[in-house]
Amino acid sequence: MAQIRIENVRKEFGDFTAVQSSSFTVEDGEFFMLLGPSGCGKTTTLRMMAGLELPTSGKIYIDGEEVGMKPASQRDIAFVFQMFALYPHMNVGKNMAYPLLSQGMSKPNAKKRVAEVAKILGIEGMLNKSVNGLSGGDRQRVALGRAIVREPKAFLMDEPLGALDAEFREHMSEELRALHDRIGATTVYVTHDQLEAMQMGDKIVVMNHGVVEQFGTPQDIYDKPATLFVADFIGSPSMNFLSFDGGVQEHTSSIELSGHTMAIPQQRESSEGKLVFGVRPEHVKLSEKSSYKGEILTTEYLGTSQIVTIKTLNGELKARISSAQLVNVGESVGLTFDEKTITLFNEASGNAIRSDLNIGSV
Amino acid sequence: MAEVELRNVSKSFDKEIGIADVSLTINDGDFVVLLGPTGAGKTTTLRCIAGLEKPEVGEILIDGLNVVDESPAQRDVAMVFQQYSLYPHLTVRENLEFPLKSPILKTPPDVMKKKVGEVAEVLRISHKLDNKATALSGGEMQRVSMGRALVRNPRIFLMDEPLSSLDAKLRGELRTELKRIQAELGATILYVTHDQIEAMTLATQIGVLHKGRLEQFGTPREIYETPASQYVATRLGSPRINTLPVELFGDAPTGATTIGLRPEHISLGDGQECKVTRVEHLGDQTRLHLRLIDHNIITLTEPHTKIQVGDVVAIRPKNPLFFDANGSLIV
Repeated sequence: MAQIRIENVRKEFGDFTAVQSSSFTVEDGEFFMLLGPSGCGKTTTLRMMAGLELPTSGKIYIDGEEVGMKPASQRDIAFVFQMFALYPHMNVGKNMAYPLLSQGMSKPNAKKRVAEVAKILGIEGMLNKSVNGLSGGDRQRVALGRAIVREPKAFLMDEPLGALDAEFREHMSEELRALHDRIGATTVYVTHDQLEAMQMGDKIVVMNHGVVEQFGTPQDIYDKPATLFVADFIGSPSMNFLSFDGGVQEHTSSIELSGHTMAIPQQRESSEGKLVFGVRPEHVKLSEKSSYKGEILTTEYLGTSQIVTIKTLNGELKARISSAQLVNVGESVGLTFDEKTITLFNEASGNAIRSDLNIGSV
Repeated sequence: MAEVELRNVSKSFDKEIGIADVSLTINDGDFVVLLGPTGAGKTTTLRCIAGLEKPEVGEILIDGLNVVDESPAQRDVAMVFQQYSLYPHLTVRENLEFPLKSPILKTPPDVMKKKVGEVAEVLRISHKLDNKATALSGGEMQRVSMGRALVRNPRIFLMDEPLSSLDAKLRGELRTELKRIQAELGATILYVTHDQIEAMTLATQIGVLHKGRLEQFGTPREIYETPASQYVATRLGSPRINTLPVELFGDAPTGATTIGLRPEHISLGDGQECKVTRVEHLGDQTRLHLRLIDHNIITLTEPHTKIQVGDVVAIRPKNPLFFDANGSLIV
């Protein structure tokens, strides 16, 4: 198994820069997510790790060995694609044995290894079946099996569940993660689905326009977003942004929103110009006591909770509150914010301003 | 806008059941969402109302009149599909005007201009009216195709998964917008989806379809809190409701064979001991995967919990649902 280290990796396709200058480390045994919208450079990054693309500059290390310019075949990693290609004329067992036999392993040994892996995947009963009659899920399991038998140093997966429908996808993502917990192989997984990333990943890299925006554990990224992009991309509904003018000074622990004083974590730096007050929907409370008012525009029932959209003097925001709380569209309500969780951003740069909350993470 | 009623409608295709004995009423101004997986009969119901399919049995009434023998045009309904079909060579304005120019409507130019202007305003695409349809983003195209239905002022809007080809973020935005538009226009909408979040957030009434039958019809809150059956209970709620043998927790009404515990209906602290098999920090909440004897259970806890994989936690049901051997709710 392996540690994978990316150092200042850059990739240009003609005039287009797909990856600007990425650096991060995937530790041995981690389930690591590359997350971002389409075109952010996540797949290009994965393909450079695999050796399917060569970096324009920068270094890629697998277990300390620099492999950036080595072809895929010399890197000992397995790549799992969204469209899983199986050999239609071979049965399940032969599909899985194929990579071993082509490496020169003897038939009895290959058979033994395939049986072991089939057991891990729960497909030992279908080794003699044709792959043509299999369901999408089983085909995906066979494709995984074919990657696992080789015992590669790492698995690289490019949206492997993207082609499955929502319900089955949830099931497979749990299965994939449980499989990882059993075999402990370093896995790098590309997705555009923030929930999938939060749910499955030990660590997440969030990318946008070829730039690594943030790198950390799911909860840290959620609580302490480094940029407006990350704050917006992670979470559903995403973080609320209330704009205000006037900057903020180091050491202050409150700001003014339309004349109302709002407590915030103590700031560790000053920032000038237009700022953004960032608060997650579950940290907004409706309270008669507050003089900061808003008007309820819509409510969305979600079972135990409901999402309430509110118009304020500083823009619209969404609150996640208990569905037991009665609210009416058109009503004016007072709002309070959980002060410990607030992040301020500089609107022009898009960066979070350092505070007691996020120091060390941004 | 109008009231639409289905009375015992059935439709099959080569012996396969499309829908069976479906009865429901869509009141004027209602937003009814039909929820179900592929093959449940959602689209068939919609197409029967539109006049694109003819039911073998049953009546379809629009404002009290049976329309089963009327053509789609006579019924005066508007459909919005998942795949937006705009005329690529026309501008947004021309695309929106198109339905109004139909020989049946023959709208005068000034009325047409006013109507298109209003709808564009509601959909927030006024600034794009003179763009070519192909120069729009996916979300804008879907808004224009909704706009083509909205300009017409039909008796009911029939929407077949109109948001499912969009990415998650845009879907969320358009959801809120659609709800706002419906409220502003007082439109009557029948909307079909397999997405439970759309159903919960958009609907005034949800109809849950299962193998062509209407399992339950009610407000989102009724369906979530008092599901008629175990099947309905599993359709709403994410993560899904835990369904377990009733013996695991003792104390159950007579006839109960299954206990249904939504993830939030499990209290931690005392009761049955379970092993924690996985902890997922989702930001606003943490999901705990538990193993109780040989059953998997998912529950929720606060975001910054100290609970870790391998810990043992004790759980107790809180407001459980009970189902009998047929899967019906025991009240």
